[in-house]
Amino acid sequence: MSEIENLRKAIQAWNAGVDKAVAKFPERRTDFVTGSGAPVARLYTPLDLEGRGYQAEIGLPGEYPYTRGVQNTMYRGRFWTMRQYAGFASAEESNKRYKFLLKAGQTGLSVAFDLPTQIGYDSDHPLSAGEVGKVGVAIDSLEDMETLFDGIPLDQVSTSMTINAPAAVLLAMYIAVAEKQGVGPDKLNGTIQNDILKEYVARGTYIYPPEPSMRLITNIFEYCSKQVPNWNTISISGYHIREAGSTAAQEVAFTIADGIAYVEAAIKAGLGVDDFGPRLSFFFNAHNDLFEEVAKFRAARRVWAKIMKERFAAKNPKSLMLRFHTQTGGSTLTAQQADNNIVRVAIQALSAVLGGTQSLHTNSKDEALALPTEASVRIALRTQQIIANESGAAETVDPLAGSYYVESLTNRIETEALAYIKRIDEQGGAVKAIEGGFVQKEIQESAYAYQMAVEKGDRVVVGLNKFQIEEGKPTGLLRVDPSVGEGQVQKIKALKARRDGARVAAALSELEKAAKGDSNLMPPILEAVRAYATLGEVSDVLRKVFGEYRPSVMF
Amino acid sequence: MERKIRVLVAKPGLDGHDRGAKVIARALRDAGMEVIYTGLRQTPEQIVTAAVQEDADVVAMSILSGAHNHLFPRVMELLAEKGVDDVLVVGGGVIPEDDYDFLKSKGIAAIFGPGTPTGSTIEFIRNNLKRK
Amino acid sequence: MPAERSLSERVAAGEARAVARLISGLEDGEPRAVAALRSLHRATGKAHIVGITGPPGSGKSTLTDKLIRHLRGTGARVGVIAVDPSSPFSGGAILGDRLRMQDHATDPGVFIRSLASRGKLGGLSRATAAAARVLDAAGYDWVIIETVGVGQSEVDIVRIADTVVLVSVPGLGDDIQVIKAGIMEIGDIFVVNKADREGADRVVREIKGMLETAAALSMSQPAALLSQGGHHGASALTGTGAFGSTAMALDETGHPILPPIIKTVAATGEGVAELAAAIAAHRSNLATSGGLEARRLEGAVTEMRGLIAYRLLDELEGPKGRELEARLARAVVDKEYDAYEAADILFAALTQGGRA
Ligand code: B12
Ligand SMILES: Nc1nc2c(ncn2[C@@H]2O[C@H](COP(=O)(O)OP(=O)(O)O)[C@@H](O)[C@H]2O)c(=O)[nH]1
Ligand SMILES: [Mg+2]
Repeated sequence: MSEIENLRKAIQAWNAGVDKAVAKFPERRTDFVTGSGAPVARLYTPLDLEGRGYQAEIGLPGEYPYTRGVQNTMYRGRFWTMRQYAGFASAEESNKRYKFLLKAGQTGLSVAFDLPTQIGYDSDHPLSAGEVGKVGVAIDSLEDMETLFDGIPLDQVSTSMTINAPAAVLLAMYIAVAEKQGVGPDKLNGTIQNDILKEYVARGTYIYPPEPSMRLITNIFEYCSKQVPNWNTISISGYHIREAGSTAAQEVAFTIADGIAYVEAAIKAGLGVDDFGPRLSFFFNAHNDLFEEVAKFRAARRVWAKIMKERFAAKNPKSLMLRFHTQTGGSTLTAQQADNNIVRVAIQALSAVLGGTQSLHTNSKDEALALPTEASVRIALRTQQIIANESGAAETVDPLAGSYYVESLTNRIETEALAYIKRIDEQGGAVKAIEGGFVQKEIQESAYAYQMAVEKGDRVVVGLNKFQIEEGKPTGLLRVDPSVGEGQVQKIKALKARRDGARVAAALSELEKAAKGDSNLMPPILEAVRAYATLGEVSDVLRKVFGEYRPSVMF
Repeated sequence: MERKIRVLVAKPGLDGHDRGAKVIARALRDAGMEVIYTGLRQTPEQIVTAAVQEDADVVAMSILSGAHNHLFPRVMELLAEKGVDDVLVVGGGVIPEDDYDFLKSKGIAAIFGPGTPTGSTIEFIRNNLKRK
Repeated sequence: MPAERSLSERVAAGEARAVARLISGLEDGEPRAVAALRSLHRATGKAHIVGITGPPGSGKSTLTDKLIRHLRGTGARVGVIAVDPSSPFSGGAILGDRLRMQDHATDPGVFIRSLASRGKLGGLSRATAAAARVLDAAGYDWVIIETVGVGQSEVDIVRIADTVVLVSVPGLGDDIQVIKAGIMEIGDIFVVNKADREGADRVVREIKGMLETAAALSMSQPAALLSQGGHHGASALTGTGAFGSTAMALDETGHPILPPIIKTVAATGEGVAELAAAIAAHRSNLATSGGLEARRLEGAVTEMRGLIAYRLLDELEGPKGRELEARLARAVVDKEYDAYEAADILFAALTQGGRA
C-alpha cells in the first residue's frame, strides 16, 4: 500500500476515534470558521494538498508563480518599508508630522489628502465647507505642495500618495516640486494610488465616469514609463474593498479583476504589457485571522502571476510579480477598550510580514475614535519594529509555507477568487460588473453578514460583545483646528491675485483641447500646475469635458 | 393598518464611508421600515428637500469624516426654515463624544458611535418618533 | 389669525410638505387623506402621466433623470413617483431610485417621491394611482411613474399611465423572454437603453419582429383576443396599449402603425430628446384620437376595482376578518363546511357586515 493510502486509513481511524470522543465532550462550537466565514476543519494533513504539485503551485521565492514571495531573500535582504499613512490640516502641519515620522525611523512617506482634494474641489468650493483639512492635508495648488515637502529631499524618500481621481494632477505637482528642488523625474520614487475602480465600489472619491477615468490612468502609465521610470503608477487596492466589508477571497478576486481591467485598458491604448506591467503595485488589508490572511497574500501572488503570464503573455518576470503594500484592518478595531487594538494590530501586522508584504502601515489604537495622535502612531510604528527586530518572523523566507493548513487555505482562496473572476469576466469585465452593481452588492452582503454575526454573538469581538467594561469618555484625541479652512481660502485668494492669470488661462484651455482629443493629458496638466492653476480649476476643465460619475447602488 | 416608518438614510458632505450607512439601511428594512437611501455626497439642502418630499419620519445621517459639527446643524437649520418640526433626526459614525452635547443642543436626538448594535438604533427610532 | 388652510388647499397651492403628507396618508389609507383627495378630484386630469417600466437595472431611473431635465427645459413642472418592491419577509423596503435623480434634488419645479410597493395585489403600490393624482392636483404638468417590470407591475402601470414606455436592454437574455411572455401589447413606446452596449440593434430587431407579428395577428383577429392575457382583463373592456386598442391606428395603406422603438444611452442622455418627442407625439395623438378618453375610462374602472379589492383585503386582514377566517378554516378542516361554502360566508360577512 502506498504511503498516502496508509495515511488515509490512519486519518479515517483517527477521525472515528475523535468523533466518538467529541460526541461525549463536544467541541467549543459545531462550526468553526475563518475570519471570512469559510469552514475550518479539525485537522489538515498532506491529504488536503493532494494533486497539487510543489513546483507548479508553490515554487521557490523570487520564482514563478511567486507564491513564496517576490524576492529570493525577502527580509534577510532588507525589511519591508515601514510607512504610516498620515496627513491632516494644512501643508505646514503635515510637513511637521512627516519630519517627525522620518526622525522616528520611518522609511517612506504616505500622504493622506483631505476629501475636497481627493474629489477635485478647491478649499473655497461650497461643497468643501467643513471638510478642509479634516481627514488629510488640503492641497489646492503647487504652492501647498511646495510647503508639504519643504525640507524633504525628494530624491531621498519614497512617497506614496493616496490619490485617485485627481492622481494625474497631484503627480504633476510632485514632479513640479522636484523640479524646483533640482531633482529630475527619473530620480523620483513612490506610488500614486490611481485606482479608480475601487473608488466606485468601496472608497467613494470618484469624479469622472469609468471611460475617461481609465484614459487618465493609462495616460499616466504611458507618461511614467518614459519620464518617471521608478514610479509605481498604480496601487491596485483590495484594502478598501475589504474595509467596505468583503471577505478575504473577495478582496483578492475584486482587486485582481480590477487589475485585469487596467491591463486590458493599457493594452488597448497601445502599450506593451511589459512596458507598464513591472510598475503595477497592489495594496491589501491584514485582518485578524492570521493564517487566512497569510494564505490570502500568497494566493494573490500566485493568481496574479498566472494571469499575467497566461492571459496577457507577459514575459518580463517583474510583470508577473505582485508587489504589495499592506495596511492593518481598521474596521476590526474598536472604540471600546481601545488599548486592545494594539494587540490586534500586532497580529495583523505579523500576518502581513509572514505573507511577504513590501511595505506596511500599522493602524493606531485610536483608529475608531479619531485621527491618531503622535503617541499612538509611535506605538503603531514600534509594533512593526518589534516584529522586524524581535519576533524572528523576518529571518527566513515565507516561514508558513508547507503548513498543511496555510497551503490549504491558500488553495481555497485561489479557487474562490478564480470563480469570482470568472463571473466578472462573464459580465464583460470589472468595469461592467461595477456599472451593473455586482461587485458592490457582493461586498454589501458580506458586510451585513459580518455585522449580524457580531450582533448575534456568533463572532466574538473582545471588549465589544464580550468582556465589556464601563468606560469613561475617551480623552486626549487629536482635533483638527477648524480654522484650516479659512487659511486655505485666504491662500487661494492671494495666489489667484499673484499668479500670471493669462498663463493659467492658456494652460487650462490647452488642457481642455487635449481632453477633447486623445493625446496624453499629463503634459498639459503639468503645464497647468506649473502655472499655479489650482487643483479645482484643472479638475473642473476635465469635469466639463468628461462629465461626472453617478454611483450604482443596489440592495 | 399599521403605519410604516419611513427613514431617510443620508450621507452628508464629501464623506465616502458608506459601509455603516448601508448596514443601517438594510437593518432598518429588515425591521420593516421603508428606507430611502440617498447615497453619498448630499448637501444639507438635498437632504432636507428629500426629507420633505419623501415625508420621512426619521432623517438618519451617517458621517465619519469629521465634518459633523458643520453639516448636522445646517440640516437642522434648514428643516426649521421649512417649518419641519416633527421629524426625528439621528446621526451616527465616528463622532467624538465631546461633540455630542453640541449636536444635541442643535436638535440631533441621538448619536450612535462605532460598535452600536443596529438593534439599539431600531429601538430608539421606534420609541422616539415625533409623529405617531 | 387667518383660518388654517385645509390639506387639500395646501396641496392645490403646490405646497411640498402637504403633497408629501397627503401621499403618505393615502398610502396608509387614512380617511382624512381620502377625503382630501376626493375634494381635489375635480382639479385633476391635467397632467400627462408617463409610466416607465422594465427590468431592474435597465436604466429606468437614469432615463427618468434625463427626461426630467428635458421636460424642465420646456418650463414644465415634473412630478416623479418611483416604486420599488417591498421585502416580502419584513415588509420593509430600501428605495434607491432617488439616488439617480440628484441633479434635480433641490429644483422647486421637481417633486420626487419613492414608494414601496407594499404589494399585496399586483406589483404597483396601492397608492400609486392616488399619488399620481395628488401630483396632478398640485400642478405638476408631467407625472412620471417608474416601476420595476417584474410580474404584475408592468401590466398594472398601463391602467394608470397615459403613455407607457417599455424599457429593455441588450445582454439580458431573459428580458426578451419577458416581453415574449405577453407584455408587448402594453407599450406605447419601446426603449432599448444602454445602446452603447453590444447587441442593442439585435434587441431592436427582435422587438420589431414581435410587434409585427402581433400586428399581423391583430389584423386577423379581434383585439380582445390579444388582450386576453388573463391579467389584462380590463382592456378587453375599453382597449388600451398599442394593440389592446380596439381602434388601432392604421397608415394610409391600411397597415397598423407600429409603436416607436427608440435607442437610448440614458447614462449620457443620448436619444432622450427623441424619446421626449415620441412621448409628446403620443400625447397629442391620444388627445386627437379620443384614445385619452378611452384610457381614462379604463383607468376609472381599474381604480374602482382596486379600491374594492383593497377594501375587501383590508376587511379580511382586519381583526374581524382574521378571526372569522380562522374559525372557518377550522370548520373546513373539520369537514363542517367545504371551502366554497366557507368562502360564501366569509364574503357575505365582509361585504354586509353579516355573520361575523
Ligand atoms: C472602513 C473604513 C474605511 C473604508 C470605508 C469603506 C466604506 N465604503 O465605507 C475605507 C478604507 C475606504 C476608508 C477610507 C478613508 N478613511 Co476610513 N475608516 C474606516 C474605519 C476603519 C471603519 C468604519 C466602518 O465602516 N466600520 C464598520 C461600520 C459598520 O461601522 P460604522 O460606520 O461606525 O457604523 C456603525 C455606527 O457608527 C453606527 N452608525 C454609523 N452611521 C450611522 C448613522 C445613523 C443614522 C445611525 C443611527 C447609526 C450609524 O451604526 C453602525 C453600526 O454599528 C474607520 C475607523 C473605525 N474603526 O471606525 C476609519 C475612519 C472613519 N476613516 C478615516 C479616514 C480619515 C479615512 C480617509 C478619509 C483617509 C484619507 N485621508 O484618505 C479615507 C477616505 C474615505 C472617504 N472617501 O471618505 C478616519 C476618520 C477620522 C475622523 N473622522 O476624524 C477613521 C476614523 C480612521 C482614523 N482614525 O483615522 N475608511
Ligand atoms: N452603459 C450604460 N449604463 C447605463 C445606461 N443607463 C443606465 N445605466 C446604468 O445602469 C445601472 C442601472 O440604472 P438605473 O437607472 O438605476 O436602472 P433601473 O433599476 O432600471 O432604475 C446604473 O449603473 C446606470 O448608470 C446606459 O445607457 N448605458
Ligand atoms: Mg430605478
